Amino acid sequence: MLSRKPKALADEPTHYCPGCGHGIVHKLIAEAVDRLGIRERTVGIAPVGCAVLAYNYLRVDMTEAAHGRVPAVATGIKRVQPDAIVFGYQGDGDLAAIGMAETIHAANRGENITIFFVNNSVYGMTGGQMAPTTLEGQLTATCPSGRNPLEDGAPIGVCEMLNTLRRPWYIERVALDSPAGVRRCRRAIHDALRAQMDGKGYSLVEILSPCPVYLHLSPVDALRFVREKMAAQFPPGVFRRDGHPVGPAHGKRSGGAMES
Amino acid sequence: MAAQRVLMMGNDAIGEGAIRAGCDAYFGYPITPQNELTAYMAEHMPKHGRVFIQAESELAAINMVFGAAVAGKRAMTSSSSPGISLKQEGLSYLAGCELPAVVVNVQRGGPGLGNIGPGQADYFQATKGGGHGDYRLVVLAPDSVQEMHDLTVLAFELADRYRNPAMVLTDGRLGQMMEPLVLRDEPPPRPPPKPWALTGAAGRAPQRVCSLLLEDGALERHNEKIQQKLAVIEREEIRFEERATDDCDILLVAYGTSARIAKGAVAAAREEGLRLGLFRPITLWPFPREPLGAMGRRTGVVLVIEMSAGQMLEDVRLAVGDGPEVHFIGRTGGGVPDVKNVLDVARRVSKRGGRADHAARTRGAGL
Ligand SMILES: Cc1ncc(C[n+]2csc(CCOP(=O)(O)OP(=O)(O)O)c2C)c(N)n1
Ligand code: SF4
Repeated sequence: MLSRKPKALADEPTHYCPGCGHGIVHKLIAEAVDRLGIRERTVGIAPVGCAVLAYNYLRVDMTEAAHGRVPAVATGIKRVQPDAIVFGYQGDGDLAAIGMAETIHAANRGENITIFFVNNSVYGMTGGQMAPTTLEGQLTATCPSGRNPLEDGAPIGVCEMLNTLRRPWYIERVALDSPAGVRRCRRAIHDALRAQMDGKGYSLVEILSPCPVYLHLSPVDALRFVREKMAAQFPPGVFRRDGHPVGPAHGKRSGGAMES
Repeated sequence: MAAQRVLMMGNDAIGEGAIRAGCDAYFGYPITPQNELTAYMAEHMPKHGRVFIQAESELAAINMVFGAAVAGKRAMTSSSSPGISLKQEGLSYLAGCELPAVVVNVQRGGPGLGNIGPGQADYFQATKGGGHGDYRLVVLAPDSVQEMHDLTVLAFELADRYRNPAMVLTDGRLGQMMEPLVLRDEPPPRPPPKPWALTGAAGRAPQRVCSLLLEDGALERHNEKIQQKLAVIEREEIRFEERATDDCDILLVAYGTSARIAKGAVAAAREEGLRLGLFRPITLWPFPREPLGAMGRRTGVVLVIEMSAGQMLEDVRLAVGDGPEVHFIGRTGGGVPDVKNVLDVARRVSKRGGRADHAARTRGAGL
């Protein structure tokens, strides 16, 4: 399924742990960039998080952003060169904790950028702390007896929240929990970049992704966690297409979170 | 070359300077006393086909500047003290990534929310680094509406020349002041080529701009390179103004609004036979340490005037060394020293001999 190496992907082996989702997402982005023929006009932004070295693996122009500031940096790049294809890559801490303001406002301006949001339910890089997307009861280094919503807040559904705004063009959540999930992810990444190429505005793909190390699970069990636990809290599906909220196109359930 | 004389407010003059300097993108967030500048850019940038965004915060604004700069464009943001504090993270990243950008600080009273009176208490933050890590901003301090314009243009040039962020450090009084300004019809600016800019890897290998350097020794080598660059700036870019220093008995040292007061004091003092001179740093970083040191030692008595509790004072002391007497007038919290203030202290210290450092005793004169 993930056989031929895309041109936009470096030969370098990644530094990710076995069973980590980041490497798969990189490869899917590289494939989409190749397929859309945009390698020579793409500018990417790496986050602060486990994917901080994404520019070692993606063979396109890339920069970094301070923790959480990816959407603001993307805005600056895109506004001064509208013909560039600008994507940001963010983890859940980066996007939904420290960078929430930048996220909401870039989406609300309808910036013509694309965000790939890797939700692994923990802070990977700093050692498995609680993230805004940590599930209720999930154990992390900073909620050692399990996330308690009464004290720690409840998991934030980023797609649901952004879908309340008027300006986003395309929002989809996918899960790297199965070959079918990977295929959906490939298509979603493609569609998001396509929307930007067509000048449509803000697109975001949330990718539920395993972090076996800080879920303290084997790679196989981490995939099951994504499929059974994460996807229950964060139902996959298309939330927004062509600038309009839509009902769940696929996914395990409709939690009432999505408008139809 | 054709020139046009107009009456303009300081904040607007900065905006006009930026536009004439070829600023491609401006990102701002409202804060008094610099709101006229943001409004000026909102009105004029789109007319020139340039980018204007009112960001959701100063954090976002400086990071949008980062984005525009990394794409190779001339970019600027402006704010006043509390907002500049929020920009420190971005300034550190800009410096670490060696990206040119211009930041304007129309200082107000602090600390905290302070007030909207003019201030000069962000001197340390501006000249010593401000954010984390070893870096400096080029810091330019105008003292007239003309200089608000001209030094903004210069800030873009220096930022590009050295791939380093530059700051125009001014204050609410200068920002709000109306003064005649000469606008010259100069040829359009030509920023240097920026082969490092991220424009998409068309016909070349992909490239990156980042400050993260994990390989053994790489970050230290990067820092050494930055330090070498800063040493060149210190050698090449010192700027200052002297007034009536040839025969002065007391050397005033002041910048920005305080320098305007000092100029008034120099003129008034001469009428009563008191020989004051003024040394006005225009670059606060690089600080004109050597010329000031020489002049301070020659004069023997130095009087520093600031709208702070004594920040540039430290650099003046370092510059002049232990020889000369160093006195200080400082106002804080939006207060502005006046000519009478300066003359009172000047009269007092001119009659007194001795070489001791009287700063502590005379400080109260202005407070
Ligand atoms: C301003 C700032 N605060 C904190 C950090 C430390 N830090 C680095 S990565 C990170 C969280 C990363 O988590 P996430 O965004 O979920 O990405 P992941 O590592 O899980 O892929 C934090 C808090 C930092 N680098 N900068
Ligand atoms: S810590 Fe988690 S997110 Fe980070 S590389 Fe390892 S598996 Fe991936």
